[in-house]
Amino acid sequence: MVSDSERVALRPEQATIPPGHPWNRIPLIGAVCAVLGAALCAVLGASNPKQFFFSYLVSFLFFLSLAIGGLFFVLIQYASQGRWGIVVRRVGETVFTTLPLMAVLFVPLLFGMGYLYPWSVPDAAQHDALLRWKAPFLNVPFFLIRAAVYFACWSFIAVLYYRLSRGQDSTGDPSVSARLRRFAGPSIIVLALTQTFASVDWIVSLTPHWYSTMFGVYFFAGSFVGFIALLSVVAPAMRRAGLLEAIITPEHLHDIGKFLFAFTAFWAYIAFSQFLLIWYANLPEETIWFRARLEGSWKIVSMILMAGHFGIPFFYLMGRAVKRTGWTLAMGGAWILAMHFLDLYWQVMPTLHPDGVHPAVLDAAAFVTVGGCFAGAAGWLMRRQALVPVRDPRLAESLAFENA
Amino acid sequence: MPLLLNRLPPGPHYGLLAEFATPGDLYHACERVRDAGFTRWDAHTPFPVHGLEGAMGLRRSPLPWIVLGTGLTGAALGFGLQWWVHASAYPLVISGKPYFSWPAFIPITFELGVLFAALGAVFAMLGLNRLPMHYHPLFRSKVFERVTDDAFFISIESWDPRFDPSATSQLLQSLGARNVELLES
Repeated sequence: MVSDSERVALRPEQATIPPGHPWNRIPLIGAVCAVLGAALCAVLGASNPKQFFFSYLVSFLFFLSLAIGGLFFVLIQYASQGRWGIVVRRVGETVFTTLPLMAVLFVPLLFGMGYLYPWSVPDAAQHDALLRWKAPFLNVPFFLIRAAVYFACWSFIAVLYYRLSRGQDSTGDPSVSARLRRFAGPSIIVLALTQTFASVDWIVSLTPHWYSTMFGVYFFAGSFVGFIALLSVVAPAMRRAGLLEAIITPEHLHDIGKFLFAFTAFWAYIAFSQFLLIWYANLPEETIWFRARLEGSWKIVSMILMAGHFGIPFFYLMGRAVKRTGWTLAMGGAWILAMHFLDLYWQVMPTLHPDGVHPAVLDAAAFVTVGGCFAGAAGWLMRRQALVPVRDPRLAESLAFENA
Repeated sequence: MPLLLNRLPPGPHYGLLAEFATPGDLYHACERVRDAGFTRWDAHTPFPVHGLEGAMGLRRSPLPWIVLGTGLTGAALGFGLQWWVHASAYPLVISGKPYFSWPAFIPITFELGVLFAALGAVFAMLGLNRLPMHYHPLFRSKVFERVTDDAFFISIESWDPRFDPSATSQLLQSLGARNVELLES
């Protein structure tokens, strides 16, 4: 039996942001960005509310998907009893604890439902047989109930995992890990179902005539690779900033890089499978969505996604040295993050601009607003906590991890 | 291919076999043998010892490059075959699509890429390890039977330029070998 003092591998001060460190200013910078972005959104959005709501939806989905990806990552780590990832688990925990904030950031979209979702307009179903058929699901009250259920489930799981894991930092109670492992399986199922329905509600129903049975997995693939890309940027950035330098080693970076490589391929597999089946069957109610994205300048975006979200990073991330070196891994992560944003932009925006790509200042303003809130909240949490689960019973195994 | 390579040292002696008691002893002995400049030698353990490849000074295997090559070859062959069949050799209109409908070719391209990469990995691994090998002089040693159980060995082959039956034997003794024996070919 290992005594409790032997289990403690780290002192809390080894794993916190020291006073005076520049990272202490992240919450302030985030808040300033959010306020300035919101002001810009208000000014520009007043004259073009439709553009505002679409831009805001893209940015909201981007940061929401990162939080959902982080929750998946941590749940999978618990369920599989992975040991390498314990040193970077708190990054995931920090990111998914923004999910209750995401519920607040969702509220503005409710005021733009008429602009975003054609089915939500009163009498929309009157002259549209398909919408009439779908009305039992696609109606405003049920949409609101579903959204409330999604955010309730996500916030519950996120807060539960965050609080228990943070509590373990002071108690070192190993039974917490066992409890969280037992919850992980059911939580993954709940998360998979809710995020599938959420992606259908918020993205697919922009074009309510269209449907794809693969869309939930597609959204998951993007979320997960998006979070791993964020981790690929944050982990080397923390080392560069002098935080956790001795704790996150090239061995851990290597595993993050392997995940990034694998899920880049997974995203491509899912994205292409969705396209191939629809393209091959050639049924009008399925092809309309891709047709809008394979015409005019949207076709160029589709090509960029194919090369940039798969081809280039696939070969870039293949090598061993790229994954084990901080700055090369971070470059790959930043690239995938940009491509993940473009992917969501490409899913949402052709509904607003069917005739071609129209970048707008509001796209950037909405990104800064939601991103400021997201980064500010994450930075605020990071200041208040240890950056690794300092008393996780298996932390020592994670610290000593080596790739065979 | 590997069957054609000359895999064993010529001459009456295969080399020296030294037995060590613990993985730690073996690890440090490997570092010294590496630093002494030996090139044709190997370490044998019942289980993987972390970092031993570094202590032995092994270079990284060329296997990943071979797998990349065979994988890309398979993908190119799969794509090329379908292109040739559908667009040139036997053009048929299938569900109203053009002859050269590349999205339809991707699954086979992917599968052949994976197949060739996997076959390349297995056979190149066997080739690089000089396998299959039906006989090896190390099996003459009685103590070597414990290599799958609880003993740790270094073998230095007689065609190593620095090999000398008595001096190398003394080196191994000085590194803490429990038992050193000279093996016949």
